[in-house]
Amino acid sequence: MKYVDEYRDAELGRALAAEIVATVEPGRHYKVMEVCGGHTHTIYKYGVDDLLPANVELVHGPGCPVCVIPMGRVDDGVAVAHEEGVIFTCFGDMMRVPGGDGTLLEAKAEGADIRMVYSPLDALRIARENPDREVVFFAVGFETTAPSTALTLMRAKAEGVRNFSVFCNHVTIVPPLRALLESPDLRLDGFIGPGHVSTVVGARPFEFIPADYGKPVVISGFEPLDLLQSVYMVLRQLADGRCEVENQYKRVVPYDGNPQALAVLAEVFELRPHFEWRGLGFISHSGLKLSEAYRDFDSELRFAVPGVRVADPKACQCGEVLKGVIKPWECKVFGTACTPERPIGTCMVSSEGACAAYYNYGRFARERVVV
Amino acid sequence: MERTEDHVLGLIERVKSKPLRFRDEQITMAHGAGGKATLTLIEGLLAPAFGIDELADAAAVGELAVTTDSFVVRPIRFPGGSIGELAVNGTVNDLAVSGARPLALTLSLVLEEGLSADELRAEVEAIARAAEAAGVRIVAGDTKVVERGRCDSMYVTTTGIGRLDPRAQLSPSSLRPGDRILVSGPVGEHGTAIMLARGEFELDAAIESDTKPLWPAVDALLDAAGDSLRCVRDATRGGVASVLNELARASGVAIVVREAQVPVHPAVAGACEILGIDPMYVANEGTLVAFAAPEAADDALAALRSVAGCEAAAEIGEVKTEPPGMVLVETGFGGRRVMDMLVGDPLPRIC
Repeated sequence: MKYVDEYRDAELGRALAAEIVATVEPGRHYKVMEVCGGHTHTIYKYGVDDLLPANVELVHGPGCPVCVIPMGRVDDGVAVAHEEGVIFTCFGDMMRVPGGDGTLLEAKAEGADIRMVYSPLDALRIARENPDREVVFFAVGFETTAPSTALTLMRAKAEGVRNFSVFCNHVTIVPPLRALLESPDLRLDGFIGPGHVSTVVGARPFEFIPADYGKPVVISGFEPLDLLQSVYMVLRQLADGRCEVENQYKRVVPYDGNPQALAVLAEVFELRPHFEWRGLGFISHSGLKLSEAYRDFDSELRFAVPGVRVADPKACQCGEVLKGVIKPWECKVFGTACTPERPIGTCMVSSEGACAAYYNYGRFARERVVV
Repeated sequence: MERTEDHVLGLIERVKSKPLRFRDEQITMAHGAGGKATLTLIEGLLAPAFGIDELADAAAVGELAVTTDSFVVRPIRFPGGSIGELAVNGTVNDLAVSGARPLALTLSLVLEEGLSADELRAEVEAIARAAEAAGVRIVAGDTKVVERGRCDSMYVTTTGIGRLDPRAQLSPSSLRPGDRILVSGPVGEHGTAIMLARGEFELDAAIESDTKPLWPAVDALLDAAGDSLRCVRDATRGGVASVLNELARASGVAIVVREAQVPVHPAVAGACEILGIDPMYVANEGTLVAFAAPEAADDALAALRSVAGCEAAAEIGEVKTEPPGMVLVETGFGGRRVMDMLVGDPLPRIC
């Protein structure tokens, strides 16, 4: 694929890997967190960490938007999906995320009309085509996907589509990062910043990480060479004694973000006082809801959403795993109460999460066995 | 008890090594996707009830092999084929990869009230044409009609009978370290063509189903490799990845795939890239995976490439010893990853 394969060139990868080896201090162990689930996917898909020296460890962050949805919100979604006359729409990877009482995939098997869409606009189209049904879109995602939900709502309002509403679970990236950084036992040396989110919000919102917490940040693209280069840039900052926000993904990310997208977000959404994150608990000002101007399209007002709260078992130590404080197997519920079949925390929900990978592949996941 | 890493890993191993049990409260689409849930259904419910070890694709009865398969594809016509053609090729291919030359089929049709006669006629003709191309006769059959809404246009079930070829010594548990892995053509075309034909994603691409009979390919492999041909599988639902996982488990070996050598049509690669799906997990309907002893592999590959429709056949990897039961991918970028069994249907991802 032209313009894609160029970013997957193995030879350039080896050259970058050699530069990384030349940059690190041999006796020092480095932990760098990639914040975004998309980055985790690239690292896993291409085996990017196999190209890193053993003393550079990538820690998978809290940025998988479907994995962080708490169980109660999934249960709420399932309840709405079961309401008479409702067509419930969501992204494909949301279908398998377990709530306290099953997944959307299971609700579909029980007879709920749940349809997978690729864009919120598809949900709006379904609403237009089914004027006698109530069409609900299960909105998830960071600032990356929120603008497309916002544009869909603006269009629905302009067209006067009355049978369409949004069950809003959009979240914002900065508050969970701050929550992680506030932790006194954090063991991270630097961050790979989220590229897709930054196309909307820009690189500037991450300036607090070097300024307040003394950790370097490099906003990264999603191809394997992007990630290797970003790891190199973080390590270079550490070697040079620098600490700043750098933008590796300049071909897409403007430093100040996308003003149009930000304006759309400001019109359609407002911050919730707090929002629950799977495995991380409640985080202030970390979730979005529909603004007053769009309240008519808010599924939470249109339906009797039960507002289920399913507390994460106290023993779940997702936060500690994310912060790099403990290994997955050291968590008290790992492999017993928390398994890939019945996951509790976000690290087990995502097949690429640290705990799920460790459960499935054991030592192989960690030791980079040479075959 | 003290919680050490060994203790925890031992605990997980014990859980994993237990026979699969079917505990689900209801059937979901995942049970039909060919991955872990399907395996649980077969090994946890069906096989034990019938007192057999596994529900094999085809079984030997004397010198004959018998197999059966149902076809429920939506839409029934898609670029490169239709349900009728699929119903013939799917069943003759299950025979072929078991080392049996297809002889005859029975045909059972479940038709939905309101199905147009033209559509039915087109499918009956497609069945006749595909049977002729595959060298089999339709020898018996049955028809049923159900009320509108009780089935999706039409469902087709075919049962196939073939004659076991004396050259074939195929077994899923016969893989040995050093064996080479071949695929007969580009992967992921059928499943991608179907996904796009459903029109749920606003994507257009010139991708056609690969549906075709595979006996000529198996025949050529047997000619070239004889009993050095260890095992052949039709990479249908769950794709090449699922076949490799099943066989790694059955033989207690590791499998290493060199991703850069896996043939993928550029349009399939593009569509899968956009949808976030790995073509190795996408269904094929005319592509086989073959394992050959190292000394026979080059001849086997040359023979495969000489078969019409298999010109793009390729060697994609090798059987190793460690870690047993696992499939590893050497990525084009120079890293490695585990290619696990599918957990449910491959779903497009936003994340």
